Amino acid sequence: MTQPMDETPLLSVRGLTKHFVGRNGRTVHAVEDVSFDIRRGTTVGLVGESGSGKTTAGRSILRLVEPSGGQAIFDGTDIFALNPREMKDWRKRLQIVFQDPYSSLNPRMRIDAIIGEALDARGYPRGAKRRERIAELLTLVGLPPEYSRRFPHEFSGGQRQRIGIARALAVEPDFIVADEPVSALDVSVQAQVLNLLGDLQQKLGLTMLFIAHDLSVVEYLCDEVVVMYLGRVMERGPSRQVYAQPRHPYTKALLATAPVPDPTRKRTHVPLQGDIPSPINPPSGCVFRTRCPVAIDACAQTIPPVDHIGGNHHVACIRHGEL
Amino acid sequence: MAAIAQSGFREPNLLMKMASRPTAMAGLLIIIAMIVLALLAPVISPYDPAQLAVRNRLQPPSWQHLFGTDDLGRDVFTRVLYSGRTSITVGFAVVIFASIIGVFLGLMAGFFRRLDAPVSRLIDAMMAFPDILLAIALVAALGASATNVVIALGVVYAPRLARVVRASTLVIRELPYVEAARALGVPTPVILVRHVLRNLTSPLLVQATFIFANAILAEAGLSFLGVGISPDIPTWGTMISVGRQYLDQAPWIMWFPGGAIIITVLSLQLVGDGLRDFLDPRLAKDV
Repeated sequence: MTQPMDETPLLSVRGLTKHFVGRNGRTVHAVEDVSFDIRRGTTVGLVGESGSGKTTAGRSILRLVEPSGGQAIFDGTDIFALNPREMKDWRKRLQIVFQDPYSSLNPRMRIDAIIGEALDARGYPRGAKRRERIAELLTLVGLPPEYSRRFPHEFSGGQRQRIGIARALAVEPDFIVADEPVSALDVSVQAQVLNLLGDLQQKLGLTMLFIAHDLSVVEYLCDEVVVMYLGRVMERGPSRQVYAQPRHPYTKALLATAPVPDPTRKRTHVPLQGDIPSPINPPSGCVFRTRCPVAIDACAQTIPPVDHIGGNHHVACIRHGEL
Repeated sequence: MAAIAQSGFREPNLLMKMASRPTAMAGLLIIIAMIVLALLAPVISPYDPAQLAVRNRLQPPSWQHLFGTDDLGRDVFTRVLYSGRTSITVGFAVVIFASIIGVFLGLMAGFFRRLDAPVSRLIDAMMAFPDILLAIALVAALGASATNVVIALGVVYAPRLARVVRASTLVIRELPYVEAARALGVPTPVILVRHVLRNLTSPLLVQATFIFANAILAEAGLSFLGVGISPDIPTWGTMISVGRQYLDQAPWIMWFPGGAIIITVLSLQLVGDGLRDFLDPRLAKDV
């Protein structure tokens, strides 16, 4: 884990909200009032089950889906307030690595063309220098530069993911959203790609939002963690603190269900029952109360505020004090 | 995993796949043969397609006149070859013209949500007309000429292509590589061509082959009905139209251009079927 280089956050997300309006007029509350900061040179993990809105949150920050509300102050500018033309100039500072390494590369383009497209976006001139740059990028992600004339189908999942990372890095971004970059890979390859991301982050001083549903991956890679459930932030804080002392019942449940390589360890927690409720009709009050082992009547009354409980640790639970 | 990348594995190309399908390959070879015959018409045949020889009229097939002669004594074999030039050229031009309109409409409808409803309704409206009827109406409005036949048939077949393009675009639009391009700030027209159009060439090629076959048939129909290309340019349709009057005395005038249409259209359909089997995105493993 890297030490923070600067205390002012590179990215401040405030009240990010994304509603999808369906054809039948019903609204999907995908992301609801999400706020967090990412300091320069650090990695923040965004975790939650499928359907928690973590991917939508990540894409909204890049405006790959247009956010419905909120702000994202990136290096002093609210990028949600930019018009599409202004946004184009900012895009090269914010990049994304996708979950599926198969559909994230155009099957009809050779590797040098895929990376070249990113170089074009930066206005990189054509010629020998460009080929050198492509070779350099491939080497950076641990691929032999000779592979540049090949097509994506000639590579394995892990190699494709490396190409996707090279494409994102080609524009020399400050900030990368890694959207579950290893969850589609074989376990044996996951560690390699994670190590690559960690190394690159340190080497290039990248700031990263790492989206995952696997808590152990986040613990390994992230300085801070944001736990989402049904579009809302349940708990956020420094990884070490959240992992050692989870304060939200949801975080506790998630940590309890995470596999630990210790066969003698007893399960201390009842795993979560049932499925995540529909974001079309989220529960009143605290969205987690329908599956919460410690829910009380009051939980249905008010949406719990995200309370600051020391350090950078925040939790959204009305009972965090008593439990 | 590395083994695959290092062995330089390549997917079998189109021709290799075609070869594994005898019917499609036969179709392809026949089409190529028809095109070569049409192109080499002056070399193959010693006759002029317009040369009248009234004393020789209505001769049955012989070594002198392989397919016999017509009512004005013109060599039917020669006229079938020269007609092939017109029919195949018109068919191909229709494919190109329909593709330009169809791809444009399909991309617009598929990629831009706001344009989807109006463009799709336009496509539906066009497809509600019977093909030949719409073509006749258009040719009647524009005037009978080869160019206008191409325009009319292009307009008739463009909606089919537009539908195929729209459906594929709807799928491709949501793929992460399109999102990656957007994240890089690649201009939308470039995304449309480089990422969307390039990945729907397969269904497009399949559909274009079928339209090629249909266009040849439709052009023959228009010419037969006398609303097509002017009668002094030989086409298979006009030949049949003339031959019909002599069906009981000289049926060969009609047989041979009819046979040429059947063989060409059937071969194109076989090629289209074969292409669809291994190129259609719903069956293929990629895309």
